[in-house]
Amino acid sequence: MAIAEQQTQGSSERSWHSIVLQTLKRNEISLIPYVPDRVLTPLIKNLHADPFFTTFATAREEEAVGIVSGAWMGGRRAAVLMQTSGFATLANVLASLAVPYQIPLIMFVSERGTLGEFNYGQSLVCRTMRPVLDSLALEHHTITRLDELEFIADRSIKQAVTTQAPVALILNPLLTGGKTFDK
Amino acid sequence: MNTRNTKVMNRFDVTSRLIAKLKHEEAVIGGIGNTNFDLWAAGHRPQNFYMLGSMGLAFPIALGVALAQPARRVFALEGDGSLLMQLGALSTIATLKPKNLIMIVMDNGIYQITGAQPTPAANVADIVAIAAGSGLANSTWAADEEDFERLVDEAMSASEPSLIAVRIDDKPGVGTTRRDPVQIRERFMHGLGVREPL
Repeated sequence: MAIAEQQTQGSSERSWHSIVLQTLKRNEISLIPYVPDRVLTPLIKNLHADPFFTTFATAREEEAVGIVSGAWMGGRRAAVLMQTSGFATLANVLASLAVPYQIPLIMFVSERGTLGEFNYGQSLVCRTMRPVLDSLALEHHTITRLDELEFIADRSIKQAVTTQAPVALILNPLLTGGKTFDK
Repeated sequence: MNTRNTKVMNRFDVTSRLIAKLKHEEAVIGGIGNTNFDLWAAGHRPQNFYMLGSMGLAFPIALGVALAQPARRVFALEGDGSLLMQLGALSTIATLKPKNLIMIVMDNGIYQITGAQPTPAANVADIVAIAAGSGLANSTWAADEEDFERLVDEAMSASEPSLIAVRIDDKPGVGTTRRDPVQIRERFMHGLGVREPL
């Protein structure tokens, strides 16, 4: 946990959130709608601070998926940030928009509900995420290690764009530190 | 309710009037069901996008297009029932203020396509008041067809996003969109100049 907290709180070049930000920028993903999550806070803060990005909150995750889909069709790359419980609201829009229209929907999901979850509801919601992804045969990766983050994120974004298919990048508490009861 | 002084119009007629006014390859997003059926029936254009699901996302999809192409006017056609699914999107649009986005709400107070059941808002809520309360100050009921056309003309050069609400009858859509999502998306991207055909 000490290492994970350093990663979360530190502002060094090697923090998970700085790697995500740089990977987004390198892949020319400049539009970032999100529904916030405590763990994502440093990433959201730094995206807002960087004029390369247009970063804004939406009221619901599916709204953000609609925006990303429109932006892609208009020639601008975008990605959605959300929490596990937000992903749980997306089955309809994934099955009726992102997948059939072949939209490279790039999703970063901060994983709650595992590895020290203190809210029973969150732990149950988390169990619905991978079955939904698998039921649509969607590409997804659970990222647990800082040294693998850039490779997985960069390659997955490029694959999503070139194959015109959605991808979910699940940011595990082993990577981010997660949210713990005493925070 | 501020709708009592507005004429009850027809979706296909209003949609056709809108399409006739588009001279600059404006994008049009047709919401789920009758709004995109009538958009299709008004005559396919490469800058039209037709939704086959994801009820309530016409405005968010149009917002994405508007943010990607700020020099192009982007219209979205949405039903009142669909809009009720995603009212939060109005505040997102009000915050971002894309001046090139024009939202048109076709309000018949019913879920026409599922059997004409009244929406929960039908007798109690006012779409324009909701939009204004969500931060979209430039929201107006169209009094009649001529007023609708005038409001569209105004929206073409507005400096903030516009929402035009139209009270419509209970008629179904006139046409049926060809349900080929990949072709719809690809043709739309060609129409927006994002891609060339193979």
